[in-house]
Amino acid sequence: MKPLLEITDLDVRFATADGEVEAVKDACLVIDEGECLGVVGESGSGKSQLFLAAFGLIAANGKVTGSVKYRGEEILGAPPKRLNALRGGAVTMIFQDPLTSLTPHMRIGDQIIEALMLHRNVSRAEARQRAREMLDYVRIPESARRLRQYPHELSGGMRQRVMIAMATITGPDLIIADEPTTALDVTVQAQILEILRALKTDKRTAIAMISHDMGVIAGLADRVQVMRHGRIVECGGADDIFYAPKNDYTRALLAAIPKADEPPPPPTAVGAPLLSVDDLKVTFPVKSGLFGKPQMLRAVDGVSFTLHQGETLGVVGESGCGKSTLARAVLKLAAKTAGRVVWLGRDLDAVTHADLRALREDFQIVFQDPLASLDPRMPIGHSIAEPLKALQPGLSRESVREKVRAMMVRVGLDPLWINRYPHEFSGGQNQRVGLARAMIVGPKMLVCDEAVSALDVTIQAQIVELIQGLQAETGLSLIFISHDLSVVRRLSHRVMVLYLGRVVELAPAAMLYDDPRHPYTRALLSAVLSPDPRRERARKRELLTGDLPSPLDPKAQLTFLKSRLDTPDYRPKLEEVAPRHFVAEHD
Amino acid sequence: MIATGQTLKSSKGEIKGRSLWVDARHRLMRNRAAVASMIVLGLVAGLAILAPLLSPFAYDEVNYDIIACAPGWWPVQAACTAPGHIFGTDAVGRDLFERVLFGARVSLAVGLVATLVSLIIGVLYGAIAGYAGGRLDGLMMRIVDVLYSLPFIFFVIILMVMFDRNFILLFVAIGAVEWLTMARIVRGQTLSIKQKEFIEAARAAGVGPMGIILRHVIPNVVGPVMVYVTLTVPGVILTESFLSFLGLGIQEPLTSWGVLISDGADQMETAPWMLLFPALFMAVTLFCFNFIGDGLRDALDPKDR
Repeated sequence: MKPLLEITDLDVRFATADGEVEAVKDACLVIDEGECLGVVGESGSGKSQLFLAAFGLIAANGKVTGSVKYRGEEILGAPPKRLNALRGGAVTMIFQDPLTSLTPHMRIGDQIIEALMLHRNVSRAEARQRAREMLDYVRIPESARRLRQYPHELSGGMRQRVMIAMATITGPDLIIADEPTTALDVTVQAQILEILRALKTDKRTAIAMISHDMGVIAGLADRVQVMRHGRIVECGGADDIFYAPKNDYTRALLAAIPKADEPPPPPTAVGAPLLSVDDLKVTFPVKSGLFGKPQMLRAVDGVSFTLHQGETLGVVGESGCGKSTLARAVLKLAAKTAGRVVWLGRDLDAVTHADLRALREDFQIVFQDPLASLDPRMPIGHSIAEPLKALQPGLSRESVREKVRAMMVRVGLDPLWINRYPHEFSGGQNQRVGLARAMIVGPKMLVCDEAVSALDVTIQAQIVELIQGLQAETGLSLIFISHDLSVVRRLSHRVMVLYLGRVVELAPAAMLYDDPRHPYTRALLSAVLSPDPRRERARKRELLTGDLPSPLDPKAQLTFLKSRLDTPDYRPKLEEVAPRHFVAEHD
Repeated sequence: MIATGQTLKSSKGEIKGRSLWVDARHRLMRNRAAVASMIVLGLVAGLAILAPLLSPFAYDEVNYDIIACAPGWWPVQAACTAPGHIFGTDAVGRDLFERVLFGARVSLAVGLVATLVSLIIGVLYGAIAGYAGGRLDGLMMRIVDVLYSLPFIFFVIILMVMFDRNFILLFVAIGAVEWLTMARIVRGQTLSIKQKEFIEAARAAGVGPMGIILRHVIPNVVGPVMVYVTLTVPGVILTESFLSFLGLGIQEPLTSWGVLISDGADQMETAPWMLLFPALFMAVTLFCFNFIGDGLRDALDPKDR
């Protein structure tokens, strides 16, 4: 039997201002009918370029050589007409960002049937009918109404489902899914993967699953290829790759993934309380229409906790749950609406502007996007020195420089790089710069706002280790914010789960992971993927249906307490179900 | 992105980084049109500076014997020729070459000074308004709106009538209008930069508002601002020549390209060189500025990274 897609000796080169860059080298792969091939690699490994190049979709400065055969037919260098007939018909693609891959001014329905009418000979009415069926298939409720909506009216998960519907409606042989779940929350990711799995088994569609996440690949792929620096370093059956990896890089990649069953760090001797937050609320007015009365969006809706010296508090929740807003309000980078923040016995409301700036020496923050959080026009040495210059103006130039060098060494940067610029570094190195800048004034508390989320797994593991090392040395307290439960588990002594601006569960890490009480925590935990194909295939998930409700919806807070829906202003209370284990009321 | 370019070592062995400016300069230097424009512009400026040394005649030396005479090499038969004057002479027999170069002095000076004035006021005003936001921003930008809505020519005429015509007033009048656009551009850029994480990082690091504006906001708006500046200079030169054309600009015996073109246009049929040479100089200069602006925009475009 001929393979569905056969790529041999594919090379992709880009001519750039800095010379020629070889994105893909000697790539060979085969996809059979109805098979799922997982392609794993870190950012820049050429995994996306490989498939884009194969179907003639690369940028104008790219050059492709080699051979790409679709059902035995050579398609590399085929005329655009033939490629157009193939793309969107027999071979379709799903991209990472569902918002940018949908045309904003076209209704969902029109976009879905566009591909169908182009590739299959059907009438408009028939196409509409098929589109509705497809939306039902990808489990979009109220499909008839959705067809008339525009992309911006749908949530991210919903949009990605529309993309899947578009990619499947022509009945393709092969779907190329390029990081289809990377931009989505874990619970939504679980739903999308469920749909892709169904596609594979029901419709016998072959899937090329491109991802940086071994967990995503594990449950879906029959075979796996590992890519690094444009080369395929290992390929084989999913079980072989995951259980008996031969290549060193594959092994390193697997080892870097935080294990779901790894024990959390032992609880430290609890020091004195450092920070206590009491019923903190942050609301933003959201205007509707030109003269509409602004609605209040409750980003943080009554959060209380205390942080002790040397302790790590993990804050978990999906996008829009208010975890970043909470951090900014605690650090007084965003204005709060109500509540109290007490730092070492001092109410931060009573502190003057000048005192607050001096207090910043004690609490620092590391941001999610390492490149965006550094001034692109400043050498990194200046960025690192900035807090020092602002907070300890008495220091001499020489001693500032000495401190910066020492700090750079501590975070694993070569002090000779002091005059280099952020764009000359990788994401991991820039995050080290961010850490150095935060740590240079010797803070007592560090807030990490998704500090490792944008990094590749191997780098992520290094940064987590670095943070732990710094904590051990300095007795630092950490608020570690992440959507990734396994990373939080690795670092945190206590974990707080947020849902729409409120705490639904707060417990010591071991308790929370072993004995989750709240249905939302359980759904979150069950959505975590592990790089273990057998377990992933066998696993039954507790899926949440649908999307996160809008925080503007007054009833949203009672999603897990339906019995109180007749009093929509009611807020679930936290109850202590076991010592130090707090859970919000639920049905 | 990891550095791929050459790295230079300083005396301490520290690696010198490639700043975004260095990168942009490399890209600009690869743009042939922009480099050629810079050379031509440099020549024009050099000629303007050295003007008194380049000709035996003074710019205001009147000679009634050679009124509106063609240059010696003029290919068409003319009423009279003045062989020593390479651009010919004007309606009162002054050397046109000298006058074009002195016109260049005035036009370039007006262009640069007015732009500089608008740059300083506009950048500070815009950055403060944009960074402060809220009511202050609203108030500051409404003032800009009000000034914008004043009819420009009317405004200049009133100024001229009230204070008499003079050179400085011309700078003031043009600068007073040009900084408005600059302020708007800078404010817009500041608003988008304010959202960036590195501003929040600076706030978290304890840097005060003025420090953030001067150290983080302004260096990051300089790119678009520089592009706008190179496109403002020709705009100002045009405005000045327009005012001069209307008789509101420079006074005799001083001159500018606008005045020369205005005079030349009157005698277009009998003495075309009087229009041709100043117009040529001005067109080439404006052309160069526009090319440089285009080159800068390409060089500074962050999308290219």
